[in-house]
Amino acid sequence: MNLWEKLTTSRVLGGKEGVLGLALLAAIIFIVLPLGVDIFRLNLIGKYLTYAFVAVGLVMLWGHGGVLSLGQGIFFGLGGYAMAMFLKLEASDPISTKIQSTPGIPDFMDWNQLTALPWFWEPFKSLPLTIIAVLTIPALFAYVIGYAMFKRRVGGVYFSIITQAVALILSILIVGQQGYTGGVNGITDLKTMLGWDIRTDSAKYILYYVNGLLLIGAIVLSQYIMSSKFGMLLLAMRDKEERVRFSGYDVSNFKIFVFCFAAILSAVGGAMFTLQVGFMSPSFVGIVPSIEMIIFCAVGGRASLIGAVYGTLLVNYGKTVFSETYPELWLFLMGGLFIAVVMFFPNGLAGIWNKYAEKFGWFKPKEDASGTSDVKKPEAKKFEVSASEVDSEATALTSAVTNTTQVAATTKTSSKQANVVNTPAARGA
Amino acid sequence: MFGYSMAEIGNIVVMQGFSGLSMFTVLLLMALGLAIIFGQMGVINMAHGEFMTIGAYTTVMLSKVAATYGFTNYYFIFAILIAFVLAFAVGYFIEFIMIRHLYKRPLDTLLATWGLSLVMQQIFRSSFGAKEVSAELPEWMLGSFNPTPDIDIPINGVFVMALAALVTFGVYAFMFKSRWGLRVRATVQNRTMAGAVGINTAKVDRITFALGCGIAGIAGAAFTTIASTGPTTGTLYIVDSFMVVVFGGAASIIGTIASAFGIAQAQSVLQFFMTSSMGKVTTLLAIVSILMVKPEGLFASKLRK
Amino acid sequence: MSSLNRRGFIKTSGALMGAMMAAGLISGYAFAADFPTAKVNTTGLAVTDTTVKVGILHSATGTMAISETGSIQAEKLAIEQINAMGGILGRKIEIIQEDGASDWPTFAEKAKKLLEKDKVASVMGCWTSASRKAALPVFEKDNGLLFYPTFYEGLEQSKNVFYTGQEATQQILAGLDWIAKEKKAKSFYLIGSDYIWPRTSMKIARKHIEQHLGGKVVGEEYIALGDTQFGSVINKIKLKKPDVIYAAVVGGSNVAWFKQLNAAGLNSSKQTMLTISVTEDEVLGIGGENLAGFYSAMKYFQSQDNAENKKFVEAFKKRWGKDAVIGDVTQAAYLGPWLYKAAVERAGSFDVDKVQAALPGYTLKEAPEGPVTVETNHHLTTKLRIGQWGKDGQAKVVYTSDYIKPDPFPKGYQ
Repeated sequence: MNLWEKLTTSRVLGGKEGVLGLALLAAIIFIVLPLGVDIFRLNLIGKYLTYAFVAVGLVMLWGHGGVLSLGQGIFFGLGGYAMAMFLKLEASDPISTKIQSTPGIPDFMDWNQLTALPWFWEPFKSLPLTIIAVLTIPALFAYVIGYAMFKRRVGGVYFSIITQAVALILSILIVGQQGYTGGVNGITDLKTMLGWDIRTDSAKYILYYVNGLLLIGAIVLSQYIMSSKFGMLLLAMRDKEERVRFSGYDVSNFKIFVFCFAAILSAVGGAMFTLQVGFMSPSFVGIVPSIEMIIFCAVGGRASLIGAVYGTLLVNYGKTVFSETYPELWLFLMGGLFIAVVMFFPNGLAGIWNKYAEKFGWFKPKEDASGTSDVKKPEAKKFEVSASEVDSEATALTSAVTNTTQVAATTKTSSKQANVVNTPAARGA
Repeated sequence: MFGYSMAEIGNIVVMQGFSGLSMFTVLLLMALGLAIIFGQMGVINMAHGEFMTIGAYTTVMLSKVAATYGFTNYYFIFAILIAFVLAFAVGYFIEFIMIRHLYKRPLDTLLATWGLSLVMQQIFRSSFGAKEVSAELPEWMLGSFNPTPDIDIPINGVFVMALAALVTFGVYAFMFKSRWGLRVRATVQNRTMAGAVGINTAKVDRITFALGCGIAGIAGAAFTTIASTGPTTGTLYIVDSFMVVVFGGAASIIGTIASAFGIAQAQSVLQFFMTSSMGKVTTLLAIVSILMVKPEGLFASKLRK
Repeated sequence: MSSLNRRGFIKTSGALMGAMMAAGLISGYAFAADFPTAKVNTTGLAVTDTTVKVGILHSATGTMAISETGSIQAEKLAIEQINAMGGILGRKIEIIQEDGASDWPTFAEKAKKLLEKDKVASVMGCWTSASRKAALPVFEKDNGLLFYPTFYEGLEQSKNVFYTGQEATQQILAGLDWIAKEKKAKSFYLIGSDYIWPRTSMKIARKHIEQHLGGKVVGEEYIALGDTQFGSVINKIKLKKPDVIYAAVVGGSNVAWFKQLNAAGLNSSKQTMLTISVTEDEVLGIGGENLAGFYSAMKYFQSQDNAENKKFVEAFKKRWGKDAVIGDVTQAAYLGPWLYKAAVERAGSFDVDKVQAALPGYTLKEAPEGPVTVETNHHLTTKLRIGQWGKDGQAKVVYTSDYIKPDPFPKGYQ
């Protein structure tokens, strides 16, 4: 068995198509784009790729877990702010801030008449602690929210609305406590990391590559999780939660885990955003960015990890191009995109790709991404069945697993009846 | 007490109670339509705020017409009616081309209606401009009346309150006293059975959705009495309205009223004693915490599946 | 001047210029031929023999579009007028407009685009402090030039920015002095939107009231941006009964604030209010009837009765419609292109460093608000005016101060 075979049959990488897809993405990120565009555009693309972390997290959470969080900006923001706090402290040394009443603290604290660094800023003097904070604080936050909600079986629309409210709370808090957070302005004017100037072209190239590597790493890690038993259960849960529960699994723990995982990915994206863009502001925490990031994932195909990256790049590229030439049109387009993706292309780019790939026989009909290649592929026709049909048909765990990515259209396959079940109201009984 | 006389404190308590009430009425008008739609189809309409904006722009435009033709004093009554009809019609149309295809996917409906809200905002911006505009209020609605010399009760607040009471009563009568309401309730309780006994459930859905939007239109008309109207006005109260509906318990009009009242009074009182943003944060945090403990909301209709 | 005319003008301008020069009709005009591009542009800016690119960077969409539209219009008007006069050093200004979309990071992104891709010679732009703070590092790194029109909180002085609006002390101190003297005000209630400009302004106001006016601040309150519920705040004010409400509420909240204040019985016959955030632009939304009798402290009001202003108002209305109104910031934005033109001509070069060095010390005599002088700290010396609003949405200037020097880092107020 040579390396190629090993790779292509690896469950983690999702078979031959998975390996090729990943290789193509890596080639585009690491070779095509850096050669094809100047550093200005590349820096922009690097910024977009930080959103892709959120989109990849959403693929796990929403596409595979069936849980739609309207508050991923919370975690993106937490990660971004943690990094920004570290960089800001480094930029606020006593010499460069000697004009302030209290030198050595960030400028916005001085403007807000703070005379000492608040206690919760202290850990951010150290880079290792900052990195730990980037990874753990969002996870903890997600755990608390997830535990409270999923243990009580809050799901569906309720979960979405509550995460949205949390995003609102956090952004009001950041804006309102500007002495501690920089307020509406955010944390700006970040210059160096451990003395290394992050604003130079060479630094931008390096950060871009680090970002790309982390992103590919995040995708591989996600694929690894999806290919495990956990991934199968997640899908099964999405399609028929009650059955998984009756089979003796604690559904809520899976949901909490995937929510935390998505949160960590978002936070890493946020931290990389701060490094590449040079500031962080509450406009990335609130409701609007949180929902916009969902469209990145939806355009790429809500169940496709690699699709999420392409979706992010495409939507943001469109946004940049359109807002430069037809700013008026952009909102129409963005709104239209939401509607069209939901109504006509629920599988996004990945869905279109799969359709044509099969039609023209570019690849063997996809073995399911969960890696259980011995399970027979469901008929292609099945991909198009309506949500309700799938619901009534989705009979066993195996069938749910079999359908995998391709039936992403049926994310929430609850029929009207199941819908009632999903509401907490019903569970009060 | 705190250097103020009892009379002063008494006056403030009265006025403070009233400002809480007036926040309550705005929240109620916003949330009522949302609650009907959510209760009926389990769908959260993210574009609800934009239907409100339709009502608000209608009022502003009509106030301009009224100023030209000199019926400023009573245009507001027409404004409310036209706002309702317009928002109802748009809602009816949207249900037909969009929402009805998505009933079985509530999360997708959320995203699609968000997209719709973006499109509507841009339509408002393209047609009315980005600047915020304001409806000129009739003379009798300006100012305040004084039960005692030191108490000012805003007249527009009283007006909105009366309007909210009327609308709530109307919704109640519609839902519980009319044939239509009977059909709606039957559909909510058991769609299949309702269909089996000859109720056109698709039509019930459409009317309910349009009705919810129409009420949002009325909320928009009322909103012009306290603030200005811009393309993004609808986003101001949307999360608060969601919270009202979820907190009140789905599908319960009483719950919506109670939760709107509780949230408004809590926020209003907290904002008196704290800064305005901390007051809001505390209120929202309290709601989220309560919902985590009691996810079914205040007044859940008990159903056993 | 319509765009068609302008294009025609540019086409024929070369020939026209030649003819005019031969006829000796105009003097004092700079001609491109006298200033070869290689000499006036040594840093690779987008300056050709006939054109110079200038960026306009404001929000044309999003929540801030309401406020920033006026600035865009004023800047375009000024540039068109400059072009009609022959441009800068004989070069027509080509506008490259970018949309910040009310989103601060977008401002940074677009600033970068303007400076690094388009190589614009200068940028007229930014409005909110947040957008300026976001874009500032870009201007400093790429050594760009920004003309910033909004009155703002101060505490900043960048060699890459010229601030054509007032910094906080210019707007606050004289206004407070006036109201304390005129209205015998002793107790003040401070209220503002919750971000850096109102907070810094209120900090300065509080120090001035307590230390210099012997007055008392009985309350200080900040409202979340976009909030429209003022019931509780108004009740607090009623309880405290201040002599003066000193307000810096912005954006959509402004309208709700005044409407509810009125509805709660606090109109100008019962309550004195001085605001530092209401210009003619805001009045459009608020409605004159809700505002009548209250005061604003600004450096410019549309109703100012001097020849330059009348000319400006007329040109503005001709270009942008008779219903257009001009607020303080709009006028400040109008100064940007004119100051830039003067700076380049004084420097005899488009090079950013030379332009920066040339502008301080210059007095723009034709400014609609009256002569203004650029100081070495890149801010303007201006006068402060107090206007009392009327029902028609125009303010009557009731007080004009002496010239006030800008002091972005005020000692004793930090």
